[in-house]
Amino acid sequence: MSVLSSTPAPPTAPLAAPLAAAARERSPLEEALRRLVRRRGAMLGLAVVVLFIVVAVFAPHIAPYDPTATSWLAVRKPPTWEHPFGTDEVGRDVLSRVIFGARASLSAGLVSVALAVAIGLPVGMIAGYAGGLVEAALMRLTDAMLAIPFLILAIALSAFLGPTLTNAMIAIGLSATTIFIRLTRAQVQSTKVEEFVEAARAAGATPLRIVLRHILPNIMPAILVQATLTIAAAIIAEASLSFLGLGQQPPDPSWGSMLNTAKNFLSQAPWMAIWPGLSIFLAVLSFNLLGDGLRDALDPRHRN
Amino acid sequence: MSDLSSPSSPAPSPTGKPPLLEVRDLKVEFADADSVVHAVNGVSYTLNEGETLGIVGESGSGKSVHVLAMLRLIPMPPGRLAGGQVLFEGRDLLTLSDAELRKVRGGSIGFVFQDPMSSLNPSMTVGRQIMEPLQLHLGMGADAARKRAVELMDMVRLPDAARRIDQFPHEFSGGQRQRIMIAMGLSCRPKLLIADEATTALDVTVQADVIELVKELKREIGMAVIWITHDLGVVAGIADTVQVMYAGRVMERGPVDDVFRDPRSAYTLGLLRSLPDLSAPIGQRRRLTQIDGAPPDMRAPPPGDPFAPRNRYATPRCFTEQPPLVQPPGAAPGHLAAAWYDLPALIAAETTP
Amino acid sequence: MLRFFLKRLATIIPTVILASMIIFALQQLLPGDPAIALSGEEKDPEVVAFIREKYHLNDPLPVRYAYWIGGVLHGDMGESIRLQQPVAQLIVAKFPVTLQLAVMAMAIAVLIGVPMGVLSAVYNGKAMDYTANVIALWGLSTPNFWLGIMLILLFSVQLGWLPASGYVPPTENLWENLRAMILPAFVLGNSIAAVMMRHTRAAMLQVLSSDYVRTARAKGLSPRAVIVRHCLRNASVPVITLGALEFGALLSGALLTEQVFSIPGFGKLMVDAVFNRDYAVVQGVVLCTATTYILLNLIADLAYFLVNPKLRRS
Repeated sequence: MSVLSSTPAPPTAPLAAPLAAAARERSPLEEALRRLVRRRGAMLGLAVVVLFIVVAVFAPHIAPYDPTATSWLAVRKPPTWEHPFGTDEVGRDVLSRVIFGARASLSAGLVSVALAVAIGLPVGMIAGYAGGLVEAALMRLTDAMLAIPFLILAIALSAFLGPTLTNAMIAIGLSATTIFIRLTRAQVQSTKVEEFVEAARAAGATPLRIVLRHILPNIMPAILVQATLTIAAAIIAEASLSFLGLGQQPPDPSWGSMLNTAKNFLSQAPWMAIWPGLSIFLAVLSFNLLGDGLRDALDPRHRN
Repeated sequence: MSDLSSPSSPAPSPTGKPPLLEVRDLKVEFADADSVVHAVNGVSYTLNEGETLGIVGESGSGKSVHVLAMLRLIPMPPGRLAGGQVLFEGRDLLTLSDAELRKVRGGSIGFVFQDPMSSLNPSMTVGRQIMEPLQLHLGMGADAARKRAVELMDMVRLPDAARRIDQFPHEFSGGQRQRIMIAMGLSCRPKLLIADEATTALDVTVQADVIELVKELKREIGMAVIWITHDLGVVAGIADTVQVMYAGRVMERGPVDDVFRDPRSAYTLGLLRSLPDLSAPIGQRRRLTQIDGAPPDMRAPPPGDPFAPRNRYATPRCFTEQPPLVQPPGAAPGHLAAAWYDLPALIAAETTP
Repeated sequence: MLRFFLKRLATIIPTVILASMIIFALQQLLPGDPAIALSGEEKDPEVVAFIREKYHLNDPLPVRYAYWIGGVLHGDMGESIRLQQPVAQLIVAKFPVTLQLAVMAMAIAVLIGVPMGVLSAVYNGKAMDYTANVIALWGLSTPNFWLGIMLILLFSVQLGWLPASGYVPPTENLWENLRAMILPAFVLGNSIAAVMMRHTRAAMLQVLSSDYVRTARAKGLSPRAVIVRHCLRNASVPVITLGALEFGALLSGALLTEQVFSIPGFGKLMVDAVFNRDYAVVQGVVLCTATTYILLNLIADLAYFLVNPKLRRS
C-alpha cells in the first residue's frame, strides 16, 4: 500500500518544522506562483484560455469568412482547404462560426461569473460577518435557491426573461450566485475568529474596515479558485441554454446553437457537430485545469 | 562511578540467549520534490527478551519514526528505508516479504498507538477490532475469537466486557479506549509490545493506571516492551533501560538508574533539568531550565554532534565530528553516550568557584 | 432515528416553501402584462380576461401566491395552455420516464466513479491515479449533450447498433426500452461519475492516512483487508453526502439528455413548455424538480445516518 498523503501524527513531526522554515524564506504569493508554474496541467490550461481569449477578441481579423454569410453553392460541404471545418446547412463557414462562437461562450462565462461574484461576495460577507437573524434569513433564501438545480433555475429564469444571450448570462449569473454566497460566508466565518482579525477589532477598527482590509484579502484566493471553476460550469451552461434555443439567437453564432442545428444533420454532415463541441470541451477543460492548479497552488492543505 | 572503562558492547542478556531485537545502523529518510529529510541516522541497539526499553526524545527525534519504519508502517513514499538491518528473532524485518512481515505485525510484535480515539476505527465495534488479530494470526473462528476478546477486555479491566464488546469506540472514555488498544496489542501474546506515546493523550491519574496495568501484564505475559515517550517521568516508572534520542540518533543509553543519576550527554542533562525534582525537599529544589534553541534542520543535519549548537558544553570537535556511542570513562556497565566532552568534569568545574 | 428524521424534515419544510415562492415569483419577470403573456400566441381579449380572473391577477402578489400554493397542495398546479391538460396529470405521466433515466445514470455513475476513486487513492501518484484523474477531468469537461450527439453519431449513425432516439416504455418492451435508454443513461452518468470519482478519491486518501488504518496495518492485515474492512465504510460517509448534491446535476443534465435523445420525460416537457410559453407547466416542473431534489437529499441524509454509528447510537 502506498499512501503519499499526510503522514500519521508522529512521522510528520520531523517534516513539519523544517518545511515550514523553508516556506518562510519566500512570500506566500511567490510560493503560490512557484507551485502554479510547476504544474504543467495548470500552465497548459492557462495557455489555452489565453488562446481562446485572443481568438475571441480578434475574431474579425482571424476568421476567414463572415460567420453569418450564407452561400447556397456551398451547403453542408465537408472540410476542404477552402473551408477547413466544412460548411453548415446554409453554406456558412463552420471555422468562422466557431471562431466567432468563442465570443459568446467566453463572454457568457466571464460576465455571468462576474455577476455572481458581484452579488454573492457582498451578500456572503454580510451573512458571515453579521450573523444572527440577517444571516439566518439570507442563508434560508440561499438554501431555497440551491434547492432548484443550477441549470433548471437558469432555464426557468431565461424562459421568463426571454431568450437572448444577455438574459442567458443574467440567468446563469443569478443561478451561480448561491455558490459564492455560501463560499464567502464560510470563509468569513472561519477568518473572522483568527487572531489578526481579533487584534484589528481590539484596536478599534470598524466592521467595514475589518471586512475590507483584513478579511477580504484573505478569502480572495478561495474566491478566485471557485470563480475559475465556475467559469467552466458557466460556459457549459451557456452552451446548454443556446443548445436548447434559449441563449444566442440565430443567425449569430454560438457553439451551443451550432450543435442544436448539427444534431439534425448528423448522418449527412457530422463535421458540423464535431468542431463546436470540441471547442466547448477545450474551453471548459482548460478553465478546469487552471482552476485545479490554482487551488493546489493557493491552498497547500488541499493538495493530495 | 569509580569503575574503570569497560568494553562498549551492549550488555549481554542475563540468560545468555541472543537478543530478541537487534537494530543495526537503521537509516530512514522522507523525500519530497526538492528535499530529503534525514529522520533516522544510523540507530543501533539491542533489546533482550522480557526487557523494557524506554525511548525518550522531543518530537522529531526519530523515536517514533524508527520503530514504525522497522515494520514498514511509515507511508512509503515519501518515507524510505535508507539502510541498516533490524533483526527480530534472528530475521531481518527490512528484507522480509510483505506476507512474512504481516505475520510479525500484530502477531509477535504488538502495537499500542497514541491517541486511542483516532487510532481505533470509528465505524467498527471494539469487539470486532480486538477479534481481528485473533482470527488472523491464531486462526480462531468467530465464536472463539469473540470469547477471547471478552477475556482480553476483562484482562485490561474494562468492566462489563460481555455487554460492551458490541459498542463503538466513541462510547468509551479516553482511558478505556487506551485499554482497548492495549488489549488489541496483546491479543496474540506478542514477544514484543511497542507502545508509541501510549499515555500522552491521557490524564495524569489515568496515565498512572495504564502504566500499572502494562507492568502487571508484562509480569503475566513476559513480553519485552519498547515504551516511546517524551516524558522522562514515565520512563523512570516503567523501564529497565532508557535510550535518549535526538536528531535521529541515540545520544545516550543505559540502565535507567545509571543514566538518570549520572548523565553523560548534555542533552540528557537538559531533559533531566527540565523535570521538577520531586524528591528534593521544597526550598532546595533546582529551578527548571528549558533547553535553549531549536532542533536542527533535518534536511541538512550538522556534520558533528547534532546537539552541539544548543550545547553550552560543546567543544570545537563537537561541531565537526560525529561522536561515537561508547561507554564513557567511569560509567556503569552498559551505560553508553555519544559525547566528545566529559560532562561530570564540566559540571564539577562549574560548581566549584 | 425518528428524532433525527423529524429534525431534518423541520429544516426542509421552510426551504421547500421558500423555493416555491421563488418559483412563483418567476412570473413577475415576464415583461408586460402577465395575463397577456400567459394567454399565449393569440391575444384574444376574452382569453386575457379569463386568465386574469382565473389566476387572480388583479389581486396582490402574496394573495396570488396563496391561491397558487393552495392549489398545488390539493394537486392542482393549473392547466397547460398548449395541451389543455392539468399540469399535475402531465407531470405524473412524464415523471417515471425521467426517474428511470436518473436511476440508471446514477447507477452507472456510482459503478464507474466509486471503484475508480478507490483505485486512484490506493495507487496515489502511480499511473493508475493519473489515468483515473485524466478520465475524471475529461468527464467533467465534456458537455453531456455533445457527448450524446457524438455517441449517436458512433453507435447509431455509423455502427447502427442502438436507436438514435425514440422511447419505448418498459411495460411495452423491456429490451427495447433498455436499448433506447442505455446511451442516454451513460451520457448523463458520465459527468457525475467524474465527480463521484473525485469525492471518493479525496475521502479514501483521508481515510488511508488516518491513524486507525495504521492500527489495522500494525495488526498484520493485508492491504486488501485494510481497504475492504477499514476504509470503504468510513470513506462512504463523505461520498454519500457530497454525492447526494449531484442529484441536482443529474436532474439538470436529464433535461438536456432527454432533448438530445428525444425522450418524452420531464426535461422534454419543460423545454417544450418554455417554447410554447406554457408557464404553468414550467412552474410545475421546476417545483417538482426542486421537491424531488430536496427529498433525494433527505434520503441521502438517512443513508449517512445509517453508516455512521456515532449518529445512530446517540
